[in-house]
Amino acid sequence: MNQAFSNQTGNVDNIFLFITVISVVMLAIVTSLMIIFLIKFSRRKNPVATDIEGNLPLEIAWIVIPTILVLAMFYYGWVGFKEMRTPPEDAMPVKVSARMWSWAFTYENGRRSGELLVPLNKPVKLIITSEDVLHSLFIPAFRIKEDAVPGMETYLWFLPDRTGSYDLFCSEYCGTGHSSMISKVVVMPQEDFYAWYKKEEKGGAKGKSGLEILTENGCLECHTIDGSKNIGPGLKGIFGKRVTVVTRGQERGITIDEGYLKRSLVEPGADVVKGYSDIMPSQKEVLPEKEINTIVDYIKDLK
Amino acid sequence: MTGAQREMSFYESGNGHTGILSWVLSTDHKRIGLLYLFSMFSFFFVAVILGLLMRLELIAPGPSIMTAESYNAMFTVHGVIMIFLFIIPGIPAGLGNFMLPLQIGARDMAFPRINLMSWWFYMTGAIVIIVSLFTGGGPPDTGWTFYVPYSIRTGTNVTLAVFGVFLLGISSTLTGLNLVTTIHRLRAPGLKWFRMPLFVWSLYATGWVQILATPVLGITLLLLMMERLFGFGFFDPARGGDPLLFEHLFWIYSHPAVYIMILPAMGIVTEIIPVFARRTIFGYKAIAFSSLSIASVGYLVWGHHMFTSGMSDISRVIFSFLTFIVAVPSGIKVFNWIASMYKGSIKLSSPLLFTVSFIFLFSLGGLTGLIIGALATNIFVHGTYFIVAHFHYMMFGGTAFAFFAGIHYWFPKIFGKMYREKPAITSCIVLFAGFNVLYFPMFILGLEGMPRRYYDYLPRFHTGHLISTVGSWILAAGLMIMFYNLIRSIFIGEVAGSNPWGGSTLEWTTSSPPPHENFTEIPVVTEGPYRFRK
Repeated sequence: MNQAFSNQTGNVDNIFLFITVISVVMLAIVTSLMIIFLIKFSRRKNPVATDIEGNLPLEIAWIVIPTILVLAMFYYGWVGFKEMRTPPEDAMPVKVSARMWSWAFTYENGRRSGELLVPLNKPVKLIITSEDVLHSLFIPAFRIKEDAVPGMETYLWFLPDRTGSYDLFCSEYCGTGHSSMISKVVVMPQEDFYAWYKKEEKGGAKGKSGLEILTENGCLECHTIDGSKNIGPGLKGIFGKRVTVVTRGQERGITIDEGYLKRSLVEPGADVVKGYSDIMPSQKEVLPEKEINTIVDYIKDLK
Repeated sequence: MTGAQREMSFYESGNGHTGILSWVLSTDHKRIGLLYLFSMFSFFFVAVILGLLMRLELIAPGPSIMTAESYNAMFTVHGVIMIFLFIIPGIPAGLGNFMLPLQIGARDMAFPRINLMSWWFYMTGAIVIIVSLFTGGGPPDTGWTFYVPYSIRTGTNVTLAVFGVFLLGISSTLTGLNLVTTIHRLRAPGLKWFRMPLFVWSLYATGWVQILATPVLGITLLLLMMERLFGFGFFDPARGGDPLLFEHLFWIYSHPAVYIMILPAMGIVTEIIPVFARRTIFGYKAIAFSSLSIASVGYLVWGHHMFTSGMSDISRVIFSFLTFIVAVPSGIKVFNWIASMYKGSIKLSSPLLFTVSFIFLFSLGGLTGLIIGALATNIFVHGTYFIVAHFHYMMFGGTAFAFFAGIHYWFPKIFGKMYREKPAITSCIVLFAGFNVLYFPMFILGLEGMPRRYYDYLPRFHTGHLISTVGSWILAAGLMIMFYNLIRSIFIGEVAGSNPWGGSTLEWTTSSPPPHENFTEIPVVTEGPYRFRK
């Protein structure tokens, strides 16, 4: 626990150590006294007990001393927390959008990624929201976490100290795919990061294939491309197929065409294929029209 | 044995009904207490099996024996059963119901028929929950916390399950009402407040929490049902609602509920130590007042479940402060228990062995609570296995171990028979070992970053999970030894006599099992409890 991966790591670990040391000492005192009394005052060694109804100075001592100790713990916890909640002015903002069951990170220049790429030694501020249900962004190596709440923005910040790749989990239960809502934080040397960061501006999203878009946006967490069934309908060979959908509680048969595929992306709740839950978030604000068209073309060709 | 003029016990004396009806229509607090104990432990076993299956699934990364959907339903049902069907009614409605009138020299609870009604509400709620597992969209998969908006959107049978929990809430409120009224009105002559056994004090504090906090849960669950059924927008932001509102309302009940679970457990421990140390309790008033202060400050700390929820920073600071304040009275109890062993004449019989196991596990659980109560460290460990470990140390290592201690302590009173001591000691040791092997690795897993409610995990977490699963088997073995020993002793145990431990509280002055209305003559109390030398 003592390697510093970010400024928050050491901050939290010191407080953890402070509380743990006091707690271990307390537990050791309580447990050893208990064992000593059990042995020393066993009925064999001490056949006649002595009644002691209380001792005021002792009662006061074990009210006052623990109170001071816990208030110290509260104080250090608070100080550390303030550090966690005060991002520097120049922190690089990254918008985080959580949805069942993937993460999307959007940078200031519009660059999007499914993994959180950040430059070394530069403070990063994550501005977090959710498109559907509660999630929680958790980076264990950095000791930070904050819920992603729909309709609300929350934030986190950190200053990465070391290059490397670290786990990023969802730590608020969010349904079937909760345990696969995992991504990475990749801390890169600054020049590498900016090379990646600027690449997009030149190339744009033009070059992205349908498969890349589906992968980056976590679509494949629920929809397979090999024809098998998952949380959502599989995408292979569905174009032109006849299916039963539920529209406002009524079942009806339709043929999957371009219009249906597009509507399913921007308004997924409108016609839900029978047997599946109405849980997909709308991609209307997430994907530019060009990418939606690319996806539709991709699915059309997926035979 | 009290000999020839022994009265008919409440098992033998009729109440106008026969067979099963003499139980399910009885207004005798002792029969209702046993109804509760029997039904609770039946549900407990179902939830234990679910827990074992979950641990088996987690024995290795990747799918082992079930799908993600089944796993999510299992941890939800495990939580709902353990919390709402076992540990909340647990000690107050089971042992409390049985022992309270006996300990205060009363013939029954203040409202015997409401007492029976609360058991019926309990059973109806339980049946509704069971029905919810097999109808509609299948068992709920939301976790026992029913967090919105997921609980609004999921296709599983949340509405019915929530309605079941709502009924259980009514049951719990009625039990609380009965406890408080009984303690106020039905104490034997001379039993002043500060002469009451401390188990009674703990039930008094618990009763108030049940009365004041449970209705908030009822309201919250009704709002959730209305939102699911009629599309009201209380909580779902897509309909203009606020998910944090649900979290607040839920924890306004569910944090005080933690004290419904632990306070009576502390009461049992306080009852057992003096009897087996043959001396007075150390700091009677300190222990009584700490129960009351835990119950009252406990209402104000619910926000510590929400330190990462997006709640304002200033609220987080205030809730953290109050959380540390409520830690102090729990510490006071532990110190007084230890001091009550000083210069005693201690016999380490099975009830006391369970009690000292409780003190260790509860202290460890409580101290790890300080890490969770401090803001900076909470942000790190919130929502991880650290939390899972912490609350299992409090709820299982704490409440359930004290519950087992109480069952071993009062078993001869309830059944008039004595269990075998050796298997009882063995079961306690096996349970203690299995418990720690099962749950201690979870602290480490949490610090390594393992989030809770995960069906699958990264290979780097494997070792901890493997050890934990092995622990679950040891724990199961301990439970089997304990229940085998107890159940066989109900039928073929040796006759216990009215006061096998030499206890000094009123329940030991009547025969075992007690007669229909507890006492032939209502006792007159002239001094406080736990006096073993007259």
